[in-house]
Amino acid sequence: MAGTPSATFVPMVRRRTRGPSVTDIDMTPMIDMTFQLIAFFMFVVNFSEAEQDDRIQLPSSQLAKPAEAPFEVPITLQLTSSGSLVYAGELFEVASLGTVLEREKTVILDTGKEPTAATIIVRADGRSPTGEVQEIIRICQEKGFEKFALRAKYDDGG
Amino acid sequence: MADADTRPAREGLADKIDINMTPMIDIVFQLLAFFIMTLKIVQPEGDFDVRMPLGAAAAAAPDEEQIPPIRIRLIAGGNGLGGIEMNGTAVTSFEELQERVIALVGLDSGPNSIADKTEVELDCDPQLPYEYVVNAISAVSGTVQDGQIIELVKKIKFAPPRDDS
Repeated sequence: MAGTPSATFVPMVRRRTRGPSVTDIDMTPMIDMTFQLIAFFMFVVNFSEAEQDDRIQLPSSQLAKPAEAPFEVPITLQLTSSGSLVYAGELFEVASLGTVLEREKTVILDTGKEPTAATIIVRADGRSPTGEVQEIIRICQEKGFEKFALRAKYDDGG
Repeated sequence: MADADTRPAREGLADKIDINMTPMIDIVFQLLAFFIMTLKIVQPEGDFDVRMPLGAAAAAAPDEEQIPPIRIRLIAGGNGLGGIEMNGTAVTSFEELQERVIALVGLDSGPNSIADKTEVELDCDPQLPYEYVVNAISAVSGTVQDGQIIELVKKIKFAPPRDDS
């Protein structure tokens, strides 16, 4: 009498234990970690279109603190050590800067602003000759730009 | 009655909360992949502001109130810096240049102070590597003491380019 009910009960127990053991992984730690990672990357991610180019090694300075506010109308001109200019991802010679700036000036005037409101950010390589930088500044001045920002890498002195 | 009472309790036990995690984890991994891929390591950069209207550079006529500009001459030599001169006298290093500027303008850079009115004109050889220009600008525009930046001369301009080619 006692054997009969247990004999019918055993397969039921087996079936029940087989069910959950298939996909019952504890996901909590993994999801915790994943959310942590997402939070980290969300804080670190930078959508600002900081124009940086690997070809340019900026000179470093302890006083080059990042600016608090972005410039109203920034125009970033990058000068490589070989004396070529990089503007908007394109490489060209310093001599043809005038035409590029003329185009830029038209755009600025179209938006109802003056070229004097624009800031020319000069990202020049530390090894590039100063004459080239001065030439860039001279061409910009001719086109009516007068605010310049000489960019340098921030060096914390450590 | 007894059957009706026990059934909900039994169902409550059997209904182990079983949310389907797959879509959530899919999205979470998508997000993670997106943020990892868009991560761009940006080095901290800063600017030295130089205001150079065309007229001022050519005329170079200082106001009566204005203290005559400090003229810093950077001479190229070999593959680097050949020499520094401040108002005509030779300076050995950028540290010495900074000391001389501090001696001239003091450490007070508030409104109407000497440092506020003083202007520095950089006269550089065309073939001088640009990093020395930045060093010179750093030396005259401020000093770091105990982690605090003390501003010195803010008005910096370039002398008209030299034509000693």
